[in-house]
Amino acid sequence: MSNQTLPLPRPVDVINTGLGRRRAAERRFRLYGVAAITLALIFLVLLFISIIGKGYTAFWQTQIQMEATLAPELLDIADPADRNQVMAANYGAVMKAALRQAFPEVSGRAEQRQLFALVSSGAEDVLRQRLLDDPSLLGQTVSLWVPAGSDIDMVRKGHIDRSLPESERRVSDQELAWMDELAQQGRIEQRFNWNFLTGGDSRSPEQAGIWGAVVGSFLTLAVTMLLSFPLGAAAAVYLEEFAPKNRLTDIIEVNINNLAAVPSIVFGLLGLAVFINIFGLPRSAPLVGGLVLTLMTLPTIIIAGRAALKSVPPSIREAALGVGASPLQTVTNHVLPLAMPGILTGMIIGMARALGETAPLLMIGMVAFIVDVPKGIFDPATALPVQIYLWADSPELGFAERTSAAIMVLLVFLLSMNALAVILRRRFERRW
Amino acid sequence: MNQLILIFVLLLLSLAAYQMGRRRAYGLVDGQLRKLHSLPVYYGLYAAMWCLLPALLVLIAWTAFDGAIISHLVVGQLPESLHGADAGSINLLLNDIRNVRMGLVPPESADPVVVAAAQHWDHLQRIGYAALAVVVLILAVLGAIFTLTRIHPQQRARNAVERLVLVMMMAAASVAVLTTVGIVLSVLFESILFFRLVPVTEFLFGTSWSPQMAMRADQVGSSGAFGAVPIFVGTALISAIAMVVAVPIGLLSAIYLSEYAAPAFRSVAKPLLEVLAGIPTVVYGVFAVLVVAPAIRSWGMSLGLDVASESALAAGLVMGVMIIPFVSSLSDDVINAVPQSLRDGAYALGATPSETTRKVVLPAALPGIVGSIMLAISRAIGETMIVVMAAGLSANLSFNPLESVTTVTVQIVTLLTGDQEFDSPKTLAAFALGLLLFLVTLGLNVIALRVVNKYREQYE
Repeated sequence: MSNQTLPLPRPVDVINTGLGRRRAAERRFRLYGVAAITLALIFLVLLFISIIGKGYTAFWQTQIQMEATLAPELLDIADPADRNQVMAANYGAVMKAALRQAFPEVSGRAEQRQLFALVSSGAEDVLRQRLLDDPSLLGQTVSLWVPAGSDIDMVRKGHIDRSLPESERRVSDQELAWMDELAQQGRIEQRFNWNFLTGGDSRSPEQAGIWGAVVGSFLTLAVTMLLSFPLGAAAAVYLEEFAPKNRLTDIIEVNINNLAAVPSIVFGLLGLAVFINIFGLPRSAPLVGGLVLTLMTLPTIIIAGRAALKSVPPSIREAALGVGASPLQTVTNHVLPLAMPGILTGMIIGMARALGETAPLLMIGMVAFIVDVPKGIFDPATALPVQIYLWADSPELGFAERTSAAIMVLLVFLLSMNALAVILRRRFERRW
Repeated sequence: MNQLILIFVLLLLSLAAYQMGRRRAYGLVDGQLRKLHSLPVYYGLYAAMWCLLPALLVLIAWTAFDGAIISHLVVGQLPESLHGADAGSINLLLNDIRNVRMGLVPPESADPVVVAAAQHWDHLQRIGYAALAVVVLILAVLGAIFTLTRIHPQQRARNAVERLVLVMMMAAASVAVLTTVGIVLSVLFESILFFRLVPVTEFLFGTSWSPQMAMRADQVGSSGAFGAVPIFVGTALISAIAMVVAVPIGLLSAIYLSEYAAPAFRSVAKPLLEVLAGIPTVVYGVFAVLVVAPAIRSWGMSLGLDVASESALAAGLVMGVMIIPFVSSLSDDVINAVPQSLRDGAYALGATPSETTRKVVLPAALPGIVGSIMLAISRAIGETMIVVMAAGLSANLSFNPLESVTTVTVQIVTLLTGDQEFDSPKTLAAFALGLLLFLVTLGLNVIALRVVNKYREQYE
C-alpha cells in the first residue's frame, strides 16, 4: 500500500512552503492598488501643473511706453467738442506716427509693417479713452503705456524661443532688436492684465478677455438655478413624500435614474429641436442654454433631494401629524427645513456640473464669436467652457496661454462651489 | 424684457391679493381664528394663486409661440412676387428681417421689402405686447376679485391650496418624463426624415461616411455618403482604449481604498480622486490636445512609428483618466456592500487579504462591478468634448489606435455647428446619430442599473 510507504506531508509544512509565494502575491496586490491610485493622482497633478504652468502668464501683459502726439490733422478731428468725432478719429495714424518717431531709422513697407505690429491694435482704444477723458490733450504729446503686440508679448513671456534661428520663429531679429532697445530704455514692462478679466472676446489674442464669457455663464446658470431649484425640490418632495406606489410612479423613478445617465449632447439635440426650432427662441441665448441645462441637471437635483428627504427620520413626520398638521404642512414646516441643507448641497453640485458643461451649449449655437458682453438672457452669449473650447481651437500662440488661464478661472469657480457644498454639508449635517 | 416687467407686476398683484385675502379672512371672524376652517394664510394664498397662475400660463404660452405666429403673419404679408418661394429663401429673408430689426444692418443699406417687413414685424410685436399686457392684467385682477369676494369662514381654503400644490408638485415630477418624451420625439422625427433620404440599412451597414453635400446639384462630389460603420468603429476604438485605462486603475484603486487603506489615507485619496470627476470635460480636451497628443506623437516618432496628430490613443487615454473616478466610486460602493461576514469567513480559513479580495469579495461583487463598467462604457460613448477636441473629423475605418478616427458625438457636433439649413440630410444625419446614441446609452444604463439594483438587494 502506497499510503503506508509514503507518509503524508504534515499540513503545516504544505502551508509553510507556499507561504513565501502567498506573501509575495499579497505584497504585489497591494502594490497594484497603490500604483493605481498613484497613477490617477499623477494624472491629476500633471493636469494641474500643465494648465497652471501654461496659463499663469496670461494674467500679465507686456506694455510699451509710447510718446504719442495727438495731432488734430492726423486724428481727423475738426471739432474737439463733438464726441462722435473723437470716438471715430483715426488713432491708428497717431500710433504709427509715434512708432516712426521712436524708431526714425525704419524705412520700407515691409519693415514698417513689422514696426507697427510692435503694439497691439488695442493701443488705439487706450488713446481714445485718454482723449475722451481729457479733451484738452488734443494737439499735445502724451506719454502712455499701451499693450504690446501678441508676438512681442509671447517673446517677453518666454513662449517664443529666442535661441531658434530666425527662419523658425515667428518674430524676426529686427523686431527683437527693437524690443531690446525699448527694454534698455525701460519702456517695456509686464503689468497685471486687467483686460483679460474685464474684456470681451477678440480676434487678437492680446486683447481677448473672459468677462463676456463669465457673464454669459452667469446668466445661463441663473436661468438654470431659477428653474431647476423649484422644479427639482418639488419633484423630490412629491416622489419621496406623496407619490402613491403605483406604475406611474415607478415609470417616473426609472425615468429619472436613466435621464441622469443620458449623454449631455442629447440634451443639446433636444434644445435645438424643441426650444429653437419649435418655440422659435433665439439661438445662442443664455435663456435656451439655461433651459437645456435645467433639463440636464434636474435628475441630479431630484436624486440628491430625495436622499436628503429620506434622511429625515419618520418620527418628525409622525410628531407633526400627531399634533394635527396636514401632510403638506408636515412637509413644508418640518421635513423640508430639515432636508434643506442636503437639497441645497445637491443643487450646488448640479450647478457646478452645469457650469462645466459644454457639449449641449455647442448644439444650441452658443459657440458664436461674440465680442459684446451680453446684457440679458435674450442676447447672444457664450459661456466660459465654450470660450475655452473656442480659444483652444485658435491657432495663434497667444490664445494657448489664454485657454489655460480661462481654465484656471473656471476651476476657481468650480472649486469654490464645491467647497461651499462641502461646508454646507459639514455645517448642517445632522445625525439622528 | 416686457415679459419680465409683466411678471414683476403680476407678482406684485398676487402679493396684494395675498394680503387682502388674509386680512379679509381675519376680518370676517373678528380675529377669532377657530371660527375659520383654515388659517388666514391659506385664504391669502388661495387668492394669490388665482391671481397669478392663469395669467402666468397665458404669458408663458404667448412668449413661447409669439415668434412663430408673428413670422407667419409677416411672411403672409410679403409682396406677391415672393409668394410660393421655397422654404430656404423665406428663411434667408426672415434672417435679413431679423438683422434689420436687431440693428445689425442699417435700414438704408437693406432691401426696402425687408425694411418694410421689419417695420411690420415691430408693429405686430408692439400690438402683441399691448394685447398681452391687457389680457394678462385683466385675468389677474379678475382672478383676485373672483376669489376675494367668495371668501367665507367655512370655505375649505387649505384643502384647495394643498390640492393645487400637490398638482404642481406632480407636474414638476413629470417634467423628467416629458424630457424623455421630448428627446425621443425630437430625435425620432428628424431621424425618420433622414431615413426617407438614406435607407436605414445603408446608414447602419455602409462603410463610407462623407456627409459633405454640395449646395448645388451639379457640383462635383455632390452625393454624400452616409454609411456610419467607420464612426461606430471609431467610437468603439476610443471607448475601448478609455476602458483599458479606466477599468484596471479605477477598480484597483477602489479595492485598495476599501480593503487596505488606512482611514486617514482614504479620507485624503478619495476626495482627490473625486476632483478628477469634477473637472469639466472641456479641460480634459485641452489637456489632450496640448499635452497628451504631442507627447504621444513625439514618443511614437522616437520609436519610428507614424502617429496621427489626432490619434485615437490620445483621446482614449484622456477619456480613460476622466472615467477613473466614475469606475472607482461605483465599484467602491459595490465592494462595500459585500457583507463583512464573507470576509471574516475567508480570513478564518487562513486566506490572506488579497486572496480574500480576489476569491471571495470580487466574485461576490462581480455583478455590481460589471454594472458599473457598463455605466462607464455608456459614459465613454456619450462623452463629447474630449473627442471633439482631440479626435479627428475624417471617418477612417481603422482599428489602429495611432490613427485618427472619429466618433458619433464628434460627427453630431460637426454636422450641427456651422450654418446649415435645417432640413438638409447633413443636419438630419446628426439627429439619426443622436437617436442611435440615445438608444445605445439608454440600453446600457437600463441593463446596468437593473444589475446593480438586483445585486444590492441580494445582500440587504
